[in-house]
Amino acid sequence: MQMNQTELECLAAAVPARRGIRVAISNLSKSYAERMVLQQTQLNLDAGEFVAVVGRSGCGKSTLLRLIAELEKADSGQITFADNHHRPETRIMFQDSRLLPWKRVLDNVALGLPKLNDAAAQALRQVGLEDRAAEWPAVLSGGQRQRVALARALVHDPELLLLDEPLGALDALTRIEMQQLIESLWRERGFTALLVTHDVQEAIALADRVVLIEDGRITFDERIELPRPRSRGHAAFAQLEERILARVLSRPDCKS
Amino acid sequence: MELRISRNFLQAKLTCWVVPVLLLSTWELAAQIGWLSSRILPEPLAVAKAAWSLSLSGELWTHLSVSLWRAVSSFMVGGSLGLLLGLLTGSFKRAETLLDTTLQMIRNIPALALIPMVILWFGIGESAKLFLVSLGVFFPIYLNTFHGIRSVDKGLIEMARSYGLNGWPLYRDVILPGALPSILVGVRFSLGLVWVLLIVAETIAAQSGIGYMTMNAREFLQTDVVLVGILLYALLGKLADVLSRLLERYFLCWHPGYR
Repeated sequence: MQMNQTELECLAAAVPARRGIRVAISNLSKSYAERMVLQQTQLNLDAGEFVAVVGRSGCGKSTLLRLIAELEKADSGQITFADNHHRPETRIMFQDSRLLPWKRVLDNVALGLPKLNDAAAQALRQVGLEDRAAEWPAVLSGGQRQRVALARALVHDPELLLLDEPLGALDALTRIEMQQLIESLWRERGFTALLVTHDVQEAIALADRVVLIEDGRITFDERIELPRPRSRGHAAFAQLEERILARVLSRPDCKS
Repeated sequence: MELRISRNFLQAKLTCWVVPVLLLSTWELAAQIGWLSSRILPEPLAVAKAAWSLSLSGELWTHLSVSLWRAVSSFMVGGSLGLLLGLLTGSFKRAETLLDTTLQMIRNIPALALIPMVILWFGIGESAKLFLVSLGVFFPIYLNTFHGIRSVDKGLIEMARSYGLNGWPLYRDVILPGALPSILVGVRFSLGLVWVLLIVAETIAAQSGIGYMTMNAREFLQTDVVLVGILLYALLGKLADVLSRLLERYFLCWHPGYR
């Protein structure tokens, strides 16, 4: 806890204006055709916190994210944000990049902006793809497409960034590269981030807190105290990964 | 190396013309020797001569322009109605329930089965031909537009909505471009169909047009003019195909399948 506190302070000093927003989720329930996907879920995200949700597939982690993004409606329960006066700027990154194939890279990044301005080009520069601005998405590699999707999300300067297994389809090297990019942009911008992943290592590498969902409930919530940037080769990292993985695997099947 | 590529290229270009040239010269030869009666099939030279004299007299151009105008105007009428109704039924569930059954029933009536009724309703003037061809052109575009709108990637729509796009911007930036490949398939079908329907429409009742010219020539056993008409249809059909390819090339330049 101590280490995390100093680390947060350190971050706060580096970035004066943090964009993150507090999110409080209480008693959230959702079912599809009689099947309970989420049951009375409780989860709080601090402003600027990076939380990773892990779990087996079909355990409701993606549903939780879709409910927060208002892509779907909850059956019961509440999601509240720090100040309830406005709906916070929320952006999602999906597993597939979901770029519009008929728009050039730069226009994809500028989607939803009032008009094409410098912000889009700047966001593209931040993910290192400014020289591909005039290309069609079809010619980019999977990793590049996800970077464009990240730029598209960040150009709106979100207060809350939801990541729905955005790196799940990438190869191992590109993944690590993307994780570093996401981490550095998160530290720079200070938005609140919620990452859904099935990769425990990814969760530990990125998140302040790792949360496990089983059978639609949160059954495990652990703060990661490792200093950033986190090295995967570190003994403490490996220990933590093994412990969380064992916890995830301890229940042989998740009703799905 | 470069020389070899260009030679191969030239060879390929020439090879595809070997068969047509061979056929044509055999045909000409057979006619010259007297194996083919000019009543059954005139020699190619006679066809060329007929085309030349028809174009000199200006007859060819009047018929061609009349047919072309008919094709373009019915394609415009039928095509835009098909596009409009396809967009409507594709986008609104209620419009689909209201209209689709009716349209599907009409679709299954062969356009040519309507000829007697069409002559009764419209006489044998321009409107009869316009009606017949427009009706035929309508359905490929209607169906493909409907299908195109319905099969736009739901993930893209969801993404666009979460990025604040709604209403017209959503339609313009996501739904329409997503439906475009399918719409263009419909356009291509329709452009092919225009000529088929036009031949029939022009042969039943007309005082001008390529179909009329061909029918007229048949009455007088001018087989060479009949062949000129048939070749013109082939040419116009090819032209329509080239046009639709150009449209695809232009509108789908983002699509890896059309580059």
